[in-house]
Amino acid sequence: MTKLQNAIVGGVRAVIGHVPASWLPGGTPDPLIDKRVALGGQQTRIDGPDKVRGAARFAAEVPMKNLLYASFVHSAIARGRIADLDVSAAEAAPGVALVMTHHNAPKMAVPPPIGMTNLKAAGNHTLPIMQDAKIRWNGQVVAVVLAETREQADHAATLIRVGYEAVQARTQFEEGKASAYTPDSMLVEKNRLDKGNAGQKLAEAAFKIDAVYTTPWENHNPIEPHASTIVWQDGKLIVHDATQMIHGTAGSLAKIFGLKVGDVQVSSPYVGGGFGAKGLWDHQILGVAAAKLADRPVRVALSRASMHRLIGGRTQTEQRVALAADADGTLKALLHHGYGVKPLHSICDEGFSLTGRSLYACESFDIVQHYVDLDLLANSFMRGPGETPGTFAIECAMDELAHAIGMDPIELRRRNVATRDPVSGAPHSQSAMMEAYDLGAARFGWHRRMAQPGMRREGEWLIGMGCASGTFPFMRMPGTSVRVTIDNSGDVHVASAAHEMGMGTATVQRQHAADRLGLPLDRVTVTIGDSSLPFASFAGGSSQTASLAAAISAASGKLVAELLRLAGNDTPLAGLKPAEVEFADGGLRGVEDPARNESFASILRRSGRAELSVVGESGAPLEIIKYSMHSTSANFCELRVSEVTGEIRVNRLVGAFDCGRILNARTATSQFKGGMIMGLGMALTEETLLDERSGRIMSTSLADYHVPVHLDVPDIDILWTDIPDPRTPLGARGIGEIGTTGVAAAIANAVFNATGKRVRDLPLTLDKLL
Amino acid sequence: MTPLTYIRASDRADALARAGSDGRFLGGGTNLVDLLRQNVERASALVDISSLDGAIRESESGGLFIDASVKNTALAAHPLVRSRYPVLARALLAGASAQIRNMATVGGNILQRTRCMYFYDVDGARCNKRQPGAGCDALYGFNRYHAILGASDQCVATHPSDMCVALAMLDAVIHLSGAAGERQVPLTDFHVLPGDTPQIETVLKSGDLITAVELPPPSDATVNSEYRKVRDRSSYAFALISVAGGLALADGQVAQARIALGGVAAKPWRARRAEQALVGRAPTPDAFLAAIREDLIDARPLSGNSFKIGLVERTMVAVLTALAGTNA
Repeated sequence: MTKLQNAIVGGVRAVIGHVPASWLPGGTPDPLIDKRVALGGQQTRIDGPDKVRGAARFAAEVPMKNLLYASFVHSAIARGRIADLDVSAAEAAPGVALVMTHHNAPKMAVPPPIGMTNLKAAGNHTLPIMQDAKIRWNGQVVAVVLAETREQADHAATLIRVGYEAVQARTQFEEGKASAYTPDSMLVEKNRLDKGNAGQKLAEAAFKIDAVYTTPWENHNPIEPHASTIVWQDGKLIVHDATQMIHGTAGSLAKIFGLKVGDVQVSSPYVGGGFGAKGLWDHQILGVAAAKLADRPVRVALSRASMHRLIGGRTQTEQRVALAADADGTLKALLHHGYGVKPLHSICDEGFSLTGRSLYACESFDIVQHYVDLDLLANSFMRGPGETPGTFAIECAMDELAHAIGMDPIELRRRNVATRDPVSGAPHSQSAMMEAYDLGAARFGWHRRMAQPGMRREGEWLIGMGCASGTFPFMRMPGTSVRVTIDNSGDVHVASAAHEMGMGTATVQRQHAADRLGLPLDRVTVTIGDSSLPFASFAGGSSQTASLAAAISAASGKLVAELLRLAGNDTPLAGLKPAEVEFADGGLRGVEDPARNESFASILRRSGRAELSVVGESGAPLEIIKYSMHSTSANFCELRVSEVTGEIRVNRLVGAFDCGRILNARTATSQFKGGMIMGLGMALTEETLLDERSGRIMSTSLADYHVPVHLDVPDIDILWTDIPDPRTPLGARGIGEIGTTGVAAAIANAVFNATGKRVRDLPLTLDKLL
Repeated sequence: MTPLTYIRASDRADALARAGSDGRFLGGGTNLVDLLRQNVERASALVDISSLDGAIRESESGGLFIDASVKNTALAAHPLVRSRYPVLARALLAGASAQIRNMATVGGNILQRTRCMYFYDVDGARCNKRQPGAGCDALYGFNRYHAILGASDQCVATHPSDMCVALAMLDAVIHLSGAAGERQVPLTDFHVLPGDTPQIETVLKSGDLITAVELPPPSDATVNSEYRKVRDRSSYAFALISVAGGLALADGQVAQARIALGGVAAKPWRARRAEQALVGRAPTPDAFLAAIREDLIDARPLSGNSFKIGLVERTMVAVLTALAGTNA
């Protein structure tokens, strides 16, 4: 991100600052904030029964005739070139239809990078794919084998002989720090924030802490590995993909293969977990290229090992946080400096330094982050990018500061919680983090915590309690569209190329459409998951629900106008203006005089229409420029640490969330719990073992990359404030990512409370506690 | 994976006859199939012996005779194992996951191979065990799980089995059948240290088949026994270290101690010096600590696993202290 971007964002902010709030999206609070029938209930997932029965078809299960199966050969060096390549044995192996290498791969353009300027781009890196002999990371695909069965393809792949000319690769983090680069901006913020002379305030403060926190490389391990079933049909391309970026993938593949956007169809009705990983990576592109060469449909289903070699992870981070406060706990200075890895060809930011800019009021800030450029696979987004590692550092530091002052950690946060944006001064749209703390503390029993570490013991187990804040910004994506169709029986059909990765997208928007249009749930259908449907942005940044909600809301406005027009004069509604009617009972009625009403079915019948269809779109998210919009949370953990072995076992987690209104209690609880479990994994076990000598990831299986098992996961209580955000559709903010933030800090803080040992280096493996 | 022939053996003689020179016996396949799929191992034929007799019976001497194809789950649940050799039941249940234990056999468990990540990475890492003379990337790489005892500069891998640690503590004997007929090997002599030939992991000869495991008659120190595994997550993780302990007291003194360690060497490590040092001593934490240090004198930690020495000490002391309490 560039200086130019900084200037543009700064200019837009200056203008929007002078625009009256009522002109902006959310200027008038959404009436559905309070008028709820289906929303806020416990509606079960629409897709649940099909998934339980195995009837839901995932990308690797789509039936296809004449199919070939792909297997990949990965580079074993990090940098250099392929010197020789012998594929003859593979080509001669049973069942093999094609071996594709840089010698015979079709011409492909570089993937257009994902970003706010092109919503139909999904590339995670900007490297040429199989266009030359160059090796750019350890694990890059050097050959693709297509065969009649997966087993034959896998076998043939082992027969390929690759000779390399390796050159010195840059794979060492510590070494790379010396030549780290400093980007001008971090997402839409200026990277460097220097305000109020933090250095001097730090030097003069009564209490301060200054420490370095580190988080390791982490890799994605969704239950469904990445997969695509690909077919070329009459010059058009159809990709059944596991993706959270349907239109981005379609648009990118069109660019890469020189096709018209309309000639690429991407279908992805079900995704077995995305978390940021299910974007466009090399496997789809190579699969499409190989299918073109072989002139047959191709199925790519990544092995766990291939996933680790081809799908980026979350960068390791090294974060220095210094906090200064006076004796009553008022924050005087916040310093947050750090390093992550982001190769120059990599697109995704890990903006951990944004965390400290929104949570707490502070007199001065000194914030900047740097990137190390290494010869590694590009990063991906990973649930709560930025804030997940960022909250670990900031929230451990807050706990350390509270201990240094001798103050309850919640009290320290109460004294400093931001009442407006601490940097820009913009007002919050809504923010009630301390209400979340109060809810959580009561449920958790925070009053039982001993202020002094190491005071509670059961046998060899030391018991500790900790808490930490979580935070994630609100986002609503422009351009996300829905088509709302009313058929002649008055039923409503909502369609959008939105994504279902397990979060309940269709389920919740069905509740929304039913309430918005005044219908019972069983008269609404929702269809998502295919690029032939109206454009939807990616399912990322916890933005999908708000974006779809804005689009449905916009469509409902168009429907009112269209229905009144169709109804004409021979209707009880005659003479009413759009502002004078509302949706109710499957039709429109007068706000002042509900007796003046007519059903959708009647209006359509009288006008001789089989159906009425409109498209609504989520407009520019100007509200996020006028207002400071962040979800927050309070995380609580009780755990035990063995004095004998250093093993940590978490007894309880409580998460209390301030995310606006909750739209579906069941699916929201599940999202929050899943997020917290991911935070638990980050805290205790997850670590990508990247061998810095070779740049090679060694932990490429679920046996070696430790996600939490059921026994590691305790009872998790989920609470929410349910205070509506008056500036958002439905009064809701995104909930997909915040669950992961703050959890690792709460756990590390509880470990300190249990043992008196402060571990600042994740994961909290037992050897660090011996 | 290289294409291979799959043969289901009808009985033991059939299995031995059909294995051939390059054939491999297949138990539950929970490790071997992975190794074949990743080309760490290659075989022309798999001879499936998982359906051969799998019985557990009391031997004439009062011990326990366990057929090699008995599933881990069945062995852990057997009443005689639970009452007379609880250390074995607990070690089995500490291993893998319920699903894997339902598949895995006793014979296969003994023959499972190290989980060293460099051993498994055929394309990207050097490993002397996989390819003698190639070098060892674990020596200065990720070696948190690796050996502190009995390793060499050729190989620092550990044996991953939990069950075998208990079997070593119990003085189990392995029954083998092969070209030269039947023979018996104590489990503690079955696995060998790497030295300059890390590719050789056991005393098995080509064509040998493990037919059974025999446990000696129970004693006070097998009945009063415990297995404690220390790992990175609560389940489905290999041991960083583990301790199998058994203790018999008489007149306030140690009459017999049995101690075996897991996760520290290429084989289950019987701590014989500690066992001998404890006989006749009062069962105190200090005595236990002093005793285990006799064995750990030889420990040679690597860059990433020096914590194991203290961890073994503490865990061993905790296990034996608890056993001394139960026995008192």
